[in-house]
Amino acid sequence: MASKYSNLTFNGYRRDNGRVGVRNHVIILPVDDISNAACEAVASNIKGTLALPHSYGRLQFGADLDLHFRTMIGTGSNPNVAACIVIGIEPGWTKRIVDGIAETGKPVTGFSIEKNGDLKTIMEASRKAQEYVQYATELQREECSIADIWVSTKCGESDTTTGLGSCPTVGNMYDKLLPEGIYGVFGETSEITGAEHIAKARAINPEVGERWYRMWKAYLDDVIEANKVDDLSESQPTKGNIEGGLTTIEEKALGNLEKIGRTSKYIDILEPAEQPKSGKGLYFMDSSSAAAECVTLMAAGGYVVHTFPTGQGNIVGNPIVPVIKITANPRTLRTMSEHIDVDVTGILRRDMTVDQAGDSLIDMIVRTANGRMTAAEALGHREFVMTKLYRSA
Amino acid sequence: MAIPHVLAHEHKDNVAVVVVEGVTKGMKLLGVVTADDSTFEVESKADVPIGHKVALTDLKKGDTAIKYGADIGRFVDGVEKGGHVHVHNLKTKRW
Repeated sequence: MASKYSNLTFNGYRRDNGRVGVRNHVIILPVDDISNAACEAVASNIKGTLALPHSYGRLQFGADLDLHFRTMIGTGSNPNVAACIVIGIEPGWTKRIVDGIAETGKPVTGFSIEKNGDLKTIMEASRKAQEYVQYATELQREECSIADIWVSTKCGESDTTTGLGSCPTVGNMYDKLLPEGIYGVFGETSEITGAEHIAKARAINPEVGERWYRMWKAYLDDVIEANKVDDLSESQPTKGNIEGGLTTIEEKALGNLEKIGRTSKYIDILEPAEQPKSGKGLYFMDSSSAAAECVTLMAAGGYVVHTFPTGQGNIVGNPIVPVIKITANPRTLRTMSEHIDVDVTGILRRDMTVDQAGDSLIDMIVRTANGRMTAAEALGHREFVMTKLYRSA
Repeated sequence: MAIPHVLAHEHKDNVAVVVVEGVTKGMKLLGVVTADDSTFEVESKADVPIGHKVALTDLKKGDTAIKYGADIGRFVDGVEKGGHVHVHNLKTKRW
């Protein structure tokens, strides 16, 4: 049935694989930590390109290596990326990433440093990067349906106002836009602790709920119980959460889950950085609750706009995905206004309903998709943080 | 409606969140239950920062804190109605 949201459109970049991007980045992607310098040199040479330096990619193995490749390939494949240069120390893993990104049909070329050295690699990669930037800057935005947008969510520096205002705002947006055919994702595995019974019940069916529960329990048993030295006070909840008035993980979890609204149900569970394969709808991604890690994983999963409720004022951004900040905390709005895109403080004053706040967020998603820079983009926040599962060999 | 000082989520909740700055000891606080916008009053027994919680009833050690209508932890110290609820008197039941 058509709703008032069915006719919403935005102007995006339709890629060869049918996906739609809201940004048009040309990225220079290092396969490994030691190729960061070459990537940064290329990005310095060629204006309009963006290097994504990171800390990993050497001597990883097993599931941790799979996650590394998934994150690299997923980042390059994200529809917000128009074209991609990949630089690694050797050709084998470089080619594996190039081949993965090439499946999207977008321009991608790999360069490896051994037998060439940094300088020759930088020169050759710079020539290709210039070609890509000139190609990308001629691409035109076209009108796309709201159903073409993939919206992720994760909150940060949460406090009690997030559970009252900014998280329900995101939940209201999902309740309105998921029925229009968008893809959504939430995550933060450890942060559901205390509300796991509610999260399990929000699966589309008991089988998916049971898989969700096993995933949540595995992190609790294998990571938290195996490594904790205290009750995780100051880590989960964080020092900032506690400053903001959140006392326990149960309280934080219940506020966190407000992000999936009243009616939305998740249809499948994603591994970290995994791209959804079960069609339109809401997904849960097994992910860290640390902002930069989580947003990086969701971007690698193919999501093109991120909605980020904050209480005390998390300032995170992402290099390829616009991160929209929403706050209900009037002190944060007053002291950190340059970081906030959507003001929902009216919910606490009771002069704004959650329904109105949800509409205001949807409006900001459309404006952002059309090209409006988020606060995090304008301030240059480009946190690209890979998740690592265990120590390298 | 006047601007509320504290918000509770559900009628079952025994704690509520201060949502304005400058709440001091002895202030009469206007409260709203967001589930149905019904109002209540509670007198603050402490200076409580924005975002922090006050007790809506007298609570004793061992009691369960209820917020969102759900269990959010165990009181490890008593707190009177209107008193400040936080890490000094409330702890997780998990990890």
